[in-house]
Amino acid sequence: MNKKAFAMLGVICLLGLGLLVACNKKETTEQPAATSESTSPAPAATPIDPNTVASVNGIVKLDGTAPKPSKIDMSQDAACKGNNMSETVVASGGKLANVFVYVKDGLGNMTFDVPKDAVVLNQQGCQYHPHVLGVMAGQTVEIKNDDPTTHNIHPTPANNREWNESQPPQSPALEKSFAREEIMLPVKCNQHPWMKMYMNVVKSPFYAVTGPDGKYEIKGLPPGDYTIAFVQEKLGEQDQKVTLAAKDSKTVDATFKP
Amino acid sequence: MSQASYNPALHRFAIFTACATLVLIVAGALVTSNDAGLSVPDWPTSFGSLYKIPHMVGGVRFEHTHRMVAEFVGLCTIILAVWTWRAERRRWLRILAVAGLGTVVIQGILGGITVLHFLPPAVSTAHAAVAQTFFCIAVCIAVFTGRRWIEEVPRVEFDVQRPSLQTLTLLSILILYLQLIFGAMFRHHGMSWGAHVINAPLVALILTWTAVRALSRYSRIEAVRRPAVVLLALLIAQLCLGFLAFLTRVAWGHDAVQPELPMVISTVAHVAVGALLLATSVVLAIQVWRHVPAAIREPLRSGERNPVAA
Repeated sequence: MNKKAFAMLGVICLLGLGLLVACNKKETTEQPAATSESTSPAPAATPIDPNTVASVNGIVKLDGTAPKPSKIDMSQDAACKGNNMSETVVASGGKLANVFVYVKDGLGNMTFDVPKDAVVLNQQGCQYHPHVLGVMAGQTVEIKNDDPTTHNIHPTPANNREWNESQPPQSPALEKSFAREEIMLPVKCNQHPWMKMYMNVVKSPFYAVTGPDGKYEIKGLPPGDYTIAFVQEKLGEQDQKVTLAAKDSKTVDATFKP
Repeated sequence: MSQASYNPALHRFAIFTACATLVLIVAGALVTSNDAGLSVPDWPTSFGSLYKIPHMVGGVRFEHTHRMVAEFVGLCTIILAVWTWRAERRRWLRILAVAGLGTVVIQGILGGITVLHFLPPAVSTAHAAVAQTFFCIAVCIAVFTGRRWIEEVPRVEFDVQRPSLQTLTLLSILILYLQLIFGAMFRHHGMSWGAHVINAPLVALILTWTAVRALSRYSRIEAVRRPAVVLLALLIAQLCLGFLAFLTRVAWGHDAVQPELPMVISTVAHVAVGALLLATSVVLAIQVWRHVPAAIREPLRSGERNPVAA
């Protein structure tokens, strides 16, 4: 091997590095407004007669003793001052919070307008708020950072495009969207490994997330036969069928066991 | 007879580079165990800069430290390659040093791909495997530039047993590589822990066989005895660490909300000792190749099966 070979090796290495830098699709600065991955115009929303719409509501309960929430050690970042308890299973008085409830089946080929309003995901006290979020496919998610420290938002989807971006303190909100339906899409922060939340991307506006009282309500459903799914990040999924007549208001409860 | 002359400065620098590489492996293991791999979202820049050190909190302190140590090891490797090329008369060693440089370049590129493509398990596993390969190369260069290797007249004993000790050392390296790949795939969420755990007894069996063979028959050869003893000691340590890592990561840490210190310590130590184990098996293989070559069996012709003394 001689000087020419050394020089060739150096050129190859530099070319390889250049190729990788050129292939770097990452953006570390502010993001432009998110655009849908589909370039074809969205189909017109299926008209729904407001005089016939029904609703379904209920309570999601926990049958048994809720696991004790784990204490989070936030000491690796002195700027993290917030609720330091895990939110994997949040239950109070037998009512289960953070359960994503949605119409899994029964809407057929109906299409719906994507809301122009964004849903907001906030990072505060080095925790995501809310812990579970519902959003329509193509709807904007506005991600804010109210902490005095940099966060790094990293969704790890199975059906959508993965991305990973840092967000310094006092920087403008990121605006992102997800093109395809996906339930319990994990989102994490690689700076603060305890930070996790779940995004639920659905095709219809018929979804809800239970609050601390375990309650949910889904309004505006056309009459029909539906499957309502209840999804909890650790306890799994339960499906229940319900038939809604015009102007019906039915109660569908669910109970999970720890 | 070697035409080389002992260069103590080069030898010490080779040892330094090997040690720095082990530190880099530990730094990389800390990134994975602390789930900090993507805390710096861009590459080759860090938050848009090639030279600025970012605020070292959270996952960034692990990831960026890993990058800085990697740059340092890269620099040491360049120096080692150039120095070896200029100072060494042994052509094969010069080529090995350049191969080491090529390996570290590939390793850097693999590291970049893991960041740009969000830690694909196969690439992350390759990054782990190439890291330990480079560590073995660095250790080998340290061995080959040592006084004993250069100035000592090797004591040779032919190995008539089958499988030969050479075969056993090569088998040891292969099974350790397989174990490394299984372990890395598990750490990077490419597969479950099953393959790595099931393969562990096989690793223990082969390494024990190799070490016992070396120590029982060739303990008089110090160059073979020492790495064989170290191999056994590291194997025992690695099995214990593996058990601890399993407990802290799989059994107890299954529902952990964040990486916990016992898990981080045991898994990082398991990675580091694994690297030392692989390097030791390579050193043993080299020494066995030098001191205990396999005797070549010449088949007798039919008329000579019962030779009679003249």
